[in-house]
Amino acid sequence: MRRARFGWLALEVGATAAIVALLWAYTVANESYAVAPLPDVLDAFRRTWLFAHVGSDVVPSLVRMTLGYAAAIAIGVGGGFLLGSSAVVSALASPVVGFLRSIPAAALLPPAIVLFGIGGTTKVAVIAFVCCWPIMLNTADGVRELDATMLATARVYGIRGLRRLRLVVLPAVAPRIFAGMRTSLSIAILLLVTSEMIASTNGIGYFVFQAQQQFAVGDMWAGVLLLGLLGFGLNLLFGAVERRVLHWNAPNV
Amino acid sequence: MLEVVGLSKSYGTGAKATHAVAQVDLRVEELEFVGIVGPSGAGKTTLLKCIAGLLAPTAGETRLRGRVVTEPPPELAVVFQDYSRSLFPWLTVRRNIVLPLTNKGSTAAAVAAADEALTAVGLAGFEDHYPWQLSGGMQQRVAIARALAYQPKVLLMDEPFASVDAQTRAELEDLVLRVREQFGVTVVLVTHDIDEAVYMSDRVVILSRPPSTVQETLDVDLPRPRDQIETKALPEFARLRSRVYETIMEPAREAVAR
Repeated sequence: MRRARFGWLALEVGATAAIVALLWAYTVANESYAVAPLPDVLDAFRRTWLFAHVGSDVVPSLVRMTLGYAAAIAIGVGGGFLLGSSAVVSALASPVVGFLRSIPAAALLPPAIVLFGIGGTTKVAVIAFVCCWPIMLNTADGVRELDATMLATARVYGIRGLRRLRLVVLPAVAPRIFAGMRTSLSIAILLLVTSEMIASTNGIGYFVFQAQQQFAVGDMWAGVLLLGLLGFGLNLLFGAVERRVLHWNAPNV
Repeated sequence: MLEVVGLSKSYGTGAKATHAVAQVDLRVEELEFVGIVGPSGAGKTTLLKCIAGLLAPTAGETRLRGRVVTEPPPELAVVFQDYSRSLFPWLTVRRNIVLPLTNKGSTAAAVAAADEALTAVGLAGFEDHYPWQLSGGMQQRVAIARALAYQPKVLLMDEPFASVDAQTRAELEDLVLRVREQFGVTVVLVTHDIDEAVYMSDRVVILSRPPSTVQETLDVDLPRPRDQIETKALPEFARLRSRVYETIMEPAREAVAR
């Protein structure tokens, strides 16, 4: 068992190393205005992201994303409970929700800039607005699908009101909330970068766009590399949190 | 201690209404074990939910120790057929039992009560397991332990053994007979299994086809403690089960003959 796991790990590391080696050889041999040699990109990465631009670009980006994502979770879960608990609310809101969530995310940037300017508020607002829908719809489904026997059990044993919400309903809906949050996480990263490219004075997306405008190809690729690593890391972190919170859900995953 | 008076339950209204239960009268005495049987489709579960206060009856009422039941009263517990949905999968076995108790008192006392109930149902050592790590029969034992730890005066059981295999079923029947004496509870058991109803009960209430009413009530004078082999070999057991069977089948035969 342990040996098998070690074997798979070796395969993963080996494949990654092979791909990096191939990229290295190819980019060194085919340097052009678009392709920077991998060693140069790594050097640019070291110069920029370890840690000269961390305070000026990475931190603002992460703060915006965290705020927008947190707001999306709050709005999504709250709205989802509202939609899921009442058929009337659901019927009233579903055309509006259906329309709002169908607006292509990037189309919201120009109006957001007019409304909130090019500061951080625009990014936070757009991320919150677009990311709340998957969480809201998943939460609403989860609330609607709450099991009748489970609720009857809570009722028989006098678990009511806030205790019922906190100890029975929320854990029961949690897998659906997390499913929505996972979808929204990818959207949040995408929107962060897009919004920073269109209207910003700092941030990782802004940095990548500026590098491209100034033909600093190494810097540009270094930014893309950072964004890739960031997305990868955030997904790993998300998975770890999900496994911890929903550890009891293991047989269904 | 438990009285059901003129209880009716219909779903829907007007011509399209389904009358599940009509005019049921029933008395259950302190520490009695009453089995409710009836043809499939009879409103057994509906009746039980009305008694528990989970469903509002269309007419009539249930009184527990003289008080009219409108919400599940604190001196009543229910064991459902579907244990996998009745147990909370995010809580360990012990915390599933403790959760209802923390309404009533301290956590330390609740844990002690939970462990006592788990020992009574033969699940000592499984306190920290999750329900889904246990077999179906063991999960239903947890649900029974949770009901017992709640210290109800009345325990309602809705087809509690319908989802387990035959051998486990016999074990659970004997378990319930044992712990109800240990914990001093009155039991109302809904089942479609005639043998089970006769084997476990002091009295068997036979419901008619819907709209279901009490068709007949039979006293079961079999000696206790009951035994899966000896009790079921008694001529009186055979007589009673035939009697119940005939009563349930009678209207069906008449319907066919017509």
